[in-house]
Formats: sequence, C-alpha cells, structure tokens
Amino acid sequence: MTNKDFLKLEGKKSGISMDKIMTIFCYVALIAVVILPVFMIIYYTFWDGSKIDFEMFRSVLFQKENLRAMKNTLIIAVFATLFATLVGVFFAWLLGRSDIPMKGFMKFLFSIPFMIPPFLAAMSWDMMFSGRGGYVNKLLMSLFNLANAPLNINSIPGIIIIEVVYYFPFVYMQVVSALERMDPTLEESARIAGANQMYVIRKITLPLTVPAISSGVLLVLITSLSNYGIPSMVGYSKGIFTLPTMIVELMNRSGGSFVGIRQAAALSIVLVIVVAIALVIQRRLLTHGRYDIIKGKSMRPMLIKLRGAKIPLLVFSLFFLTLIVIAPIVMILLVSFNRAYGLPFTMENFTVMHYVNVFTKNAMVKDSVKNSLFLAFSAGAICLVLGTMLAYVIYKVKPKGGTILEMLAVLPYSLPGTVMSIGCILAWSGAFFGISLYNTIWIILVAYIARYLSYVLKSSSAALQQVHPSLEEAARSCGASHYEALKDVTLPLIKPAMLSGFFLVFLPCMRELTTSILLYGPKSRTLGVAIYQLRINGQINQAAALSVITILLIIIMNNLVKYITRDRRKL
Amino acid sequence: MTDQIVLEHVTKTFTTKELGSVTAVNDFNLTVKKGECFSFLGPSGCGKTTTLRMIAGFEDLSEGSIYLGGKLVSDRSKNIYIPPEKRGLGMVFQAFAVWPHLNVFENIAFPLKVKKFPKDEIRRRVLEAMHYCNLDGLEKTFPSDLSGGQQQRIALARAIVVNPEAMLLDEPLSNLDPHLRESMRFEIKRLQKEFGFTIIFVTHDQSEAMALSDRMLIMDMGNIQQIGTPWELYNNPKNRFVHSFLGQSNFINVDVRNGKVYPKGETSQQIWVDNKPSKNGEQVLACRPNMMELTKDDGFRCRIIKRTFKTDFVEYLIKVGEDSAIIQAPHRVLFKNGEECCVKIHNPAWYDLEDEAAEKERERRNVV
Repeated sequence: MTNKDFLKLEGKKSGISMDKIMTIFCYVALIAVVILPVFMIIYYTFWDGSKIDFEMFRSVLFQKENLRAMKNTLIIAVFATLFATLVGVFFAWLLGRSDIPMKGFMKFLFSIPFMIPPFLAAMSWDMMFSGRGGYVNKLLMSLFNLANAPLNINSIPGIIIIEVVYYFPFVYMQVVSALERMDPTLEESARIAGANQMYVIRKITLPLTVPAISSGVLLVLITSLSNYGIPSMVGYSKGIFTLPTMIVELMNRSGGSFVGIRQAAALSIVLVIVVAIALVIQRRLLTHGRYDIIKGKSMRPMLIKLRGAKIPLLVFSLFFLTLIVIAPIVMILLVSFNRAYGLPFTMENFTVMHYVNVFTKNAMVKDSVKNSLFLAFSAGAICLVLGTMLAYVIYKVKPKGGTILEMLAVLPYSLPGTVMSIGCILAWSGAFFGISLYNTIWIILVAYIARYLSYVLKSSSAALQQVHPSLEEAARSCGASHYEALKDVTLPLIKPAMLSGFFLVFLPCMRELTTSILLYGPKSRTLGVAIYQLRINGQINQAAALSVITILLIIIMNNLVKYITRDRRKL
Repeated sequence: MTDQIVLEHVTKTFTTKELGSVTAVNDFNLTVKKGECFSFLGPSGCGKTTTLRMIAGFEDLSEGSIYLGGKLVSDRSKNIYIPPEKRGLGMVFQAFAVWPHLNVFENIAFPLKVKKFPKDEIRRRVLEAMHYCNLDGLEKTFPSDLSGGQQQRIALARAIVVNPEAMLLDEPLSNLDPHLRESMRFEIKRLQKEFGFTIIFVTHDQSEAMALSDRMLIMDMGNIQQIGTPWELYNNPKNRFVHSFLGQSNFINVDVRNGKVYPKGETSQQIWVDNKPSKNGEQVLACRPNMMELTKDDGFRCRIIKRTFKTDFVEYLIKVGEDSAIIQAPHRVLFKNGEECCVKIHNPAWYDLEDEAAEKERERRNVV
C-alpha cells in the first residue's frame, strides 16, 4: 500500500479508518500464511476424500518405521538437551563467575555456532568422524594401529554429540546473562551468613538461575525435536530416521500420491503433538520460578578464584572449544581445497578447482545463490512490514481478538519447519482459488514469511510498547493527522527495532535447509538445498566449497548488521 | 569497653583502564568499640563501601591489617585472609539481598542451617528473630509478596538470628521511602539495644548518620577526614571538606590584616566576628547560616539581596565582598528585599585557601 492510499483511507469519505484496514489486512495475511497451511494438514490427515477418517492416522502412528523414528527423536532430544544443558551451564559459570583467563576469546568462540547452519556442522562432523573414512577416524586408525574406525558419527550417539555441540551455546547464553545480571549481594549475604563457596553455588546461585536454565532447556528441546539438518546429514545413510526426516522421506516416497501426502501430514501431526507435550511439561515445571534477581546498584560480581584448577580448566576448555567450534570449520575449508574427497591433505592435492567449478560449471549453484539472496531479502522486507503492522495492530489498535492475532503469528515459531512446509504444499498447490505455487520460488517465500514473521513481531512490539501513547497524542495535538503521527513520530522511533527485525529474518533465511528441502522446484533451489544435493551426488568437495562461500556470506551479513546497529547507537 | 573492630594502616589500591592507579582507601586507622554504633559517611566513591567490604572479607587489602574481636582476619604482609563466612559478622545490603527462591522462614533460617543447628533450635531462634523484627506470621510468605520495608526487616532478622558480635550495614535504608527510613532507623537502634552488637553503618545520608551513630567518620577520596561524635563533627569540623559536607555552610574569602577581617578585595569595613583567626593573610571564613545574626545597625553593613520564607525561619541572601552568603533568621527578625542591614558572625571557622591538588584529584575521579 502506498502512502497516498493511506491518506485516502484516513479521509472521512471512505468511512473506514486506517487502523481498521490494517487490522483486516493482518487477519487476511495470517489466514493465508498460517491458518490455511495448518488447517490443510489436519484436513488431509482426517479426511479421506469423502468422510472423516481416523484409521489412517492410527495406522501411521503405529507403523513400525514411524514408531522407531519417534523413539529416535525422543532419545536424541532428551540426551542432547541433557548434555547441552550440562555443558552450557558449566561454561556459563566458568565464564560468568570464575577468574579463568581468555574470556573474550572464548565468548567469541561461543558465537560461532550461531552463524553456521546446523546441517553444515553436521556435514563437517561427518567428514571428520564418518565410520567409513572420516578424516579424523583415519588419523586415529593409523596412529593407534586400529582395524576399525574408533568413532562412528553415523549413529544415534553421533547425532546427539553434534546436537550437543551445536545447541549448548543456547543454554550458555541464557545462563551467562542471568549470572552476569544477578545481584552479587544475593551471594555475598550467603557468604556472610556462614556458607562456603560450594554451598553458595548449590543453594543460592544455581536455584536462582533455574529460570534461565529452563528457558535454555526449552529452546534446545524444541529445536532438537524439530531439527532436520543434523539427522538427515549423518543419519540418512545408515537408515536412522527421526520424525522430521521421516516426514520428508514419506513426502519424497509419495511422489505426489494422495495417500503418501496424507501419511506425511499425519506424521506431521504426531511431531506437533510431541513438541506440544514438551512445551506443556516445560511450562508446568517453570510456573514456580519467576523472580527478579536483578536489583539494586549494578556491581561487578565477585569472581571465584580457581587457583590450582585454573590452568587445567583453561586447557580443557580451549581444547574442547577448538574441537567443536574450530575443527568443523577447518575441516570444511580443507576439504574445499582438496582435489578429491578422501585424499590426504598434502600440497599436491591442493586445488581451487572446486570454487571455480561451483560457479562456472554449475547452473544449479548460481541459481541457488541468487535464489537465497532474493528469498532472504524479500522475506526480510515483507516480514518487516507485516510484522511491524501486526505489532502496531496488536499493541496500539488493540482490536477484539488481538490475542488471537498474536497467537497466530507466533504459532509457526513453535511448529517444526518441516510441518509448516507440508502445510504450505497442501495449501498452495491449487487447493484455494486455483493458486498453485508448487515448485516455484513463491511457495518458499510464503513458508519463510510464516516461519520468521514472529521475529519481527517480537522486536517491533518490544519497541512499540516503549513508545508512550502520549508521544503520538502530542503529535496529534500539534495538528498532525493519525497517519502523520504514525509516520513522523511512531515509525521513526521504532525504526532501529524494525531494522534489526529485518536481519533477524534475513540471516536464518540465508542458511535455511529444512523448509526449502521440501519446497524447492527445478529452478528454485536455495543455498542449503544446493549444498545438500552436491553432497548427495558425491561432489563433496564442491559441497564444501559452497559451504565456505555460504559461511562467508553469513559472516559478512552478520558484521554488516553489527556495523549498522553500532552506527545507530551513535545517532 | 573492649575493641571490637580494629583497622591498622588499611590501604586498597585499584588499577583501572580509565584512571590508572587509584587509591580507594588510604592508610585507614580505626578502632570501633564493642557495642558502639559507628557510621562511615562520605560522598559516593569516597571508599566507605570498599572499607566495609574489606572488613567483611569481600575485598582483599593492598596493605595493613584488620582485627575482629581481637582476632587477626586480614593481613597482607602475613598473608592472612579469613573468608567472609568465617568472620561471624552480620551484614545488611542496600538491595536487601533476600533470596527470592526461599520463603521468609527459610531466608532467616539460612545462617543457622549452614551452621548445622538442630531443627527445633532453628525454629525457636528464627521465630524469635522474626518477632523482634515485626515479621510475625509471615513465615511461609515469599519475599516478592512483601514490601521493601518488610524485605529489609527479613535481611535484618537474617543478620541478627546468629547473634553476631558486629553488624555491617551497607546503606540499608537508601532503597526505602523517607517515612519508612525513619522508622527502620529507630528499629535498628532498638535491636542494637536488645542484642548489644556493634554496628558499622555506611551511608551517604548525613541526617541518618547523625541520628544513629555514637561516633562517625567522614571520608573523602579514600582518606579519613575526621573522626568524632556527630556533635563534634558538626560544630568543630577540622577542615573545609567536613564543614561543607555536614549541614549547610557559607564560605567567604577574606583578607586578614593585623587581626582585622576584611572581605577579599574590600578595605572599607571589617567583618564582625566573635573569634579571631590565628594568622594574617588571605583565607576562608566558614560559618553556618544559623550562626549569622542580622541586626539593624550593629556589625558588617550590607544589603538584603533576596528573602525567602521557609517554614521555620526566614532565609536571606546577602553579599560579603565577592561572595554571597545565606542567613537563616527567626521570623521575628524581618527585613525587606533591598533593605540595609548589619551582620554579626558567631563562632566562624578559619581555613586555608582551597588545595588545588585535591581539587584536581577529585576531578580525575569524577571523569569516569
């Protein structure tokens, strides 16, 4: 909508206010991107074309293959969450509360997993520890004269390890910020009361960080349950399926048949139920534990002297972080410059041929870069407008059913990406108004918008809630129209939040695999899909080269964001 | 009376990026007697909290030694450092620091539990402490459901439940509203009488310190400026800082010639004072607004520049030489704006001109 349209709408002639138009628009948009896909999944699962049918759902639920996938999903999620929490809390304490040196460097290392897409990390771990010829495995075999590979990443423990490594920073981030903001006198008064250091950690510090820990746990649990990239990268070759990979598998097997799609839809519902149960359990556990631990004057917390344990802990931490953060990147880098996958890393085998090939010989790759940039930009821009409008409608217009709008907008965030994609396929392959987006780039765009809309909504609504109504009223009293007040006062005030919302959408879109692997068509492959397919086709070195390019793109964009936001603070 | 808390040559030096080396506490010597209520008063950043935290054991010393109840607890040269939990102190913090995950009873019972008291003994003592702090019946309540004053009373109860010999209070009242502050002040005093513990009280609120303390000290930039009773500090301040920090003061630049006091840059008439400076030359005359007397025709002749009615007195602004001064006079002495009047100054103090080095240091510290 252009400004002129807004002005006209604001006039009394039309009889409908601008706020009302925006509210209606938000409803329409959310129906299209959220309600219809979700509805279609339920519809397909329980409607066999002529009548309501629970039989199919039951049979899918109790199919042996699916039961095994369900079991795998749960085992992986539970153990990955458990260990990620332990590791995350340990490092949070070490960096937040002890006097270990090199904190800045370690904090930097923690931020890296956030930038690397999980499926790339999984691919790299596969290169290192694959049972058949992973580089590190080979090294260990020759070093210790082993007959068999000592570690096999293509297993459930393997998947768990990768997920732990990838997810523990989530817990770390939550807990370390709680520790850093915690009022130090809470701990000091326990010391004065006669408690020693260990007692204080057990009885005061840990209980006080429980809320932070459990929100980290929730994040890891949900992400692990719905993760597609890691289990598909390392589990697929060994026939290890989880619910998300099984859904994709069913979809691929169906070849477009009605029954096949129905099965995938039914399994999606199973996955949603599992996630929902996890959410409910977590909420239950969390209810008694919301308290304010940030009070009084900010003071630097007392750092605990590690004394003798300092050096061993430092060595251990650096070794651990190098293994999990740096090694995967180095591995991908090495493979991308190696003549052929499996050859040793020597100077004779060094080549840049894969980088050249990726861009000259491979139309698919060129397409994918273009597509990903296009998708990320347009998804970011559309989410920016729609999300801010939503935030405005929900928090400023406050229409009846505003909470429904908010729930709808946030719903796809807790739905696994696989499920949203299935819904999009079902909804936009000609089911409504004859619109068929299947196999085009537009269906991916719709799915991206649905998945990432809540990011902008969150950042914009947080900013909007800080804009006191009196600011807009002051503008009105100075003679500005409702539209002018919005345009000249409110929007400029929340512009920084909108901008960061754009990048919150842009970055995950650039590294997306889960959604696009289900939705891509012959001409709409994304970066993630291209890497995935290169690898499946055995062009592992090219896959590595494209991965390096992807990571570079993400790092550049990330720094761009930081640069922009820093500039903003100066203003 | 025995000595409860003794500090000898305590010094603390920090090194920060912005300032380089800063002496937060410099050669601090103090003896606090058993049962005494002693206040540390000073502007923020003067080192009073750092000193308190060194006594508590949260900060290391750079030099010197600290004795608690005759026992050496911190000594840099002998490498002695007793951790806070073994110092047997009670402490109350500005932000209350009651634990939000424990209820009132559990909060107060914590020190006893740590020391492994038997259960019924814990119960008895906690309920007793709660009674003394007016918290009866709140055992099962969580701190977040209580007011600031109640939370601070939990902190107090938690500190007295182990019957400590000494209590450290780190601005315990400054998060409370003025009315509550008054009553908590009274309550602390009452508890002290009941239990007889020694109090070190850190505050930047002078009226709080004046009302509570048996003795107090005023600190500035890491140095003790003066130690004494509240009366001594107010009426016989040792230097200009103490004079200006406690209560209202006028500072008038004067030139003393042959024992006669002239305003700086004026030779026509001398200032009427009832105690003479000990030396000649340029110096600063300091006096309280209520120690200046306004008369019709006896004293230093000047004009009323501005008159303000305050509830219990009238405030006049006058000019003495280049400096303005404020006079607080009773309502019965009434002058109009611009009217001529005469001023007598009773019991003034005489200080040397401002020390420039000290000013520079103050500015350096304020940069951060």
